[in-house]
Amino acid sequence: MTVNTSTITKVLVRPAEPPHPFFEFYSYFRQNTGAVIGLWIIVALAVLAVTADFVAPYSPIVTNNAAFLKPPFWQAGGSLAHPLGTDAIGRDMLSRLIHGTRLSLLIGFTVISISIVVGTTLGLIAGFYRGIIEIAIMRLMDIILTLPSLLLAIVIVAILGPGVSNALLAVAIVLLPHYVRIARAAIITETAKDYVTAAKVSGAGSIRLMVKEILPNCMAPLIVQATLGISTAILDAAALGFLGLGAQPPTPEWGTMLADAREFVLRAWWVVTFPGLMILITVLAFNLLGDGLRDALDPKLKS
Amino acid sequence: MFRFVLTRVTLIVPTFIGITLLVFVLIRLIPGDPIETMAGERGLDAALHERLLQEYGLDRPVLVQYWFYLLRLLHGDLGRSIVTHKPVIEEFASLFPATVELSLCAILFALCLGLPAGIIAAVRRNSIFDHGVMGVSLTGYSMPIFWWGLLLILLFSVQLGWTPVSGRISVLYFVQPVTGFLLIDTLLSGESGAFTSALSHLVLPTIVLGTVPLAVIARMTRSAMLEVLGEDYIRTARAKGLSNFRVIAIHALRNALIPIVTVIGLQVGLLFTGAILTETIFSWPGVGKWLIEGINRRDYPILQGGTLLIGAIIMTVNLLVDVTYGMINPRIRRPR
Repeated sequence: MTVNTSTITKVLVRPAEPPHPFFEFYSYFRQNTGAVIGLWIIVALAVLAVTADFVAPYSPIVTNNAAFLKPPFWQAGGSLAHPLGTDAIGRDMLSRLIHGTRLSLLIGFTVISISIVVGTTLGLIAGFYRGIIEIAIMRLMDIILTLPSLLLAIVIVAILGPGVSNALLAVAIVLLPHYVRIARAAIITETAKDYVTAAKVSGAGSIRLMVKEILPNCMAPLIVQATLGISTAILDAAALGFLGLGAQPPTPEWGTMLADAREFVLRAWWVVTFPGLMILITVLAFNLLGDGLRDALDPKLKS
Repeated sequence: MFRFVLTRVTLIVPTFIGITLLVFVLIRLIPGDPIETMAGERGLDAALHERLLQEYGLDRPVLVQYWFYLLRLLHGDLGRSIVTHKPVIEEFASLFPATVELSLCAILFALCLGLPAGIIAAVRRNSIFDHGVMGVSLTGYSMPIFWWGLLLILLFSVQLGWTPVSGRISVLYFVQPVTGFLLIDTLLSGESGAFTSALSHLVLPTIVLGTVPLAVIARMTRSAMLEVLGEDYIRTARAKGLSNFRVIAIHALRNALIPIVTVIGLQVGLLFTGAILTETIFSWPGVGKWLIEGINRRDYPILQGGTLLIGAIIMTVNLLVDVTYGMINPRIRRPR
């Protein structure tokens, strides 16, 4: 009897506890069908990227003289040996697309990591120390924001030389201002709050104040911006590849593949269609996820 | 109002100087000797090299070089193309109307579809139409437009044969440039068929360049309308017995337009990014294609001058948007 009462009390007490922040976030996030679909697509793409070496039927760069511009299997002349056909020099489309997934996701995540780390640091410094440092940093960011993003990225790549790593760096620089602005705005509003004063009074140094006290409180907009930023990064890197300034052949990068495929528009629709479709699906998935995260993490940010 | 405009103008000056500095520094970061880059494959003897260094002022300290660069800028001298030896500003001016024509058509296309779509989506919130518009616009927003252009060429030019693949006008016609806008010039020339030719060349690039702004405008219009439709004065208007159309078109839309106008103004940079890709795909003879060709030929004065001019144009447009915004909405003008 006593055992029974105690279980009942337990059950009754439970709902009074606030849910863990993650579960609260997840219950909001789950309601957004688009965001959940986006998440699953990203998970699938990530699995594909990690296992590319085992999943892809052929090497992405080995050419095959016997199979130039073979159509996909459902079309006359195609075979299941190359399910999505082959390109102009006999490379298997499916394998190149799978390896392209790895490259694009890698580009997206690397660009965002660089942008976030550098951007947040600059933003925190600008917002914390104010004065001339702030003016210098924010002016530079204004300049970057004024120039069209792709143009600036092109100029940077033109100077550093074409290639994946330079394209990556260029896109990271172009995306910087968003993170600098978010971090700066957050730190300026947060510094005035009591908990920061309390931490300051108890002897916390500037670095501790910035990184341990203030930064965790402005994570929500940063996470949202990062997710949306990955899609921009993938799109811009592919555009650079398409213009011949990003990844260089034979690298299986989707934008570069499209550039190669341009001259075959007239006779081989599949070399043009599939790489772009992959870009669209990936970018769309990150945008869906970003929108969902924004709604779930911070309803105030809803546009 | 005058003070407001003046403040905005003075705010722009440091940014513009910053852009000149950035462009100047970036071009100097190019590895290798600039004189050798200019001379190309031909090679130089030491004496000529020395003379050219002096001629271009490259033997002086960098700060002095920057000062002279600024002075030349003030005289409208942006240097000469290494390939064609024509002044950069002349080449830019001859190609710019093509880019403007394309961009105007694209933004018009985006407005004509995006505004009504956004309004209807907001009015019929959570209907199938609303979900459809939001889904399509998110797809448009995520669209790699260089691929979208190729797809449209594949469908309309290759499969259906409806539109030409590239260029601005058929080679059959020669139109004397008057305004630089071919749609107007062909009408003025009175040559039959020239206008239709120019128009048919414009359709696909317009759709491609307009896709992303269309998505942005539709989304923005919907959210601005949703916000306004929840206001008390809308309820008052309805309570007065006004027709549904009048409430939406007059009372709601006019107030929702303020943020929408701003968003359209801010599309200029985005349009330019799109123009680079669109012009490359359709061989559209505008400044975007010119810049990309300049890069491929390592024609750095074009890159330097073009970037600066585009930066200046975007800043001017942003300033105009800012000022217009201040005129429409007096709350912005009030000093902090």
